[in-house]
Amino acid sequence: MMHTVLFIIFAVVCVAAAINLLAQRHPINSALSLIVVMGSLALLYLLLGAEFVAAVQIIIYAGAIMVLFVFTIMLLNAGEEELSKSSRVAIVFGVPAVAVIVAALAYILSRGAGTAALGDFIGGPKEIGRLLFRDFLLPFEVTSVLILIAIMGAVVLARREER
Amino acid sequence: MGEISTIHYLVVAAALFAIGTIGVLTRRNVVIILMSIELILNAVNLNLVAFSRMHGQLPGQVFSIFIITDAAAEAAVGLGILIAFFRNKETINADEVDLLKW
Repeated sequence: MMHTVLFIIFAVVCVAAAINLLAQRHPINSALSLIVVMGSLALLYLLLGAEFVAAVQIIIYAGAIMVLFVFTIMLLNAGEEELSKSSRVAIVFGVPAVAVIVAALAYILSRGAGTAALGDFIGGPKEIGRLLFRDFLLPFEVTSVLILIAIMGAVVLARREER
Repeated sequence: MGEISTIHYLVVAAALFAIGTIGVLTRRNVVIILMSIELILNAVNLNLVAFSRMHGQLPGQVFSIFIITDAAAEAAVGLGILIAFFRNKETINADEVDLLKW
């Protein structure tokens, strides 16, 4: 029962904040909505028993990535955007089409998979860490190389060219 | 409504994915487009964690951690490109990024 109530609250908050992200004209408001989405998604992860992923979601997404976004918005002093003609067309035809697609997906999922009951297990740091450093050691190390390349790429891209 | 099952999480993820797609296609501010991409990646993560719970297998959660790492790398590089572009053209409107169009 508790699970149901919490799920409904945070699922609604999550989707509403995502819609608000698109409805807002000013980028900083969108960034704040995205933080709400991240936070409520972390709570959904907790409901699913994924404790470690929830913590990582808060620390990396709501912390690091959103700071990066807000910093860039402030740096570029981005104002409100105006709609172009093609984006109006995309809104008029795209939004109803996407609503239909989501409704169809929900219908198919509710029919096809029936009642796929949630299991009962916990993904704490210990289990995840054991998996990450034993079975997924190579992907983990490759990811560190990826991060290194991304750091260097960001530095090179954002650097002012010397003339 | 009854008991919450995997399906409900999948529907939420589908809605988030669709909203993210709308954002990528309709908004013209590059920062908002990058945020919509983050939204799509989050929808995928929710799917992975929900299926991981359904099957009682942890590798799904490990995959979602990899995706979060990738999203961080993508955001860093994307915003770096954005800053470099803004320095050259003084705009972050996606319609005006047309150097490679003909």
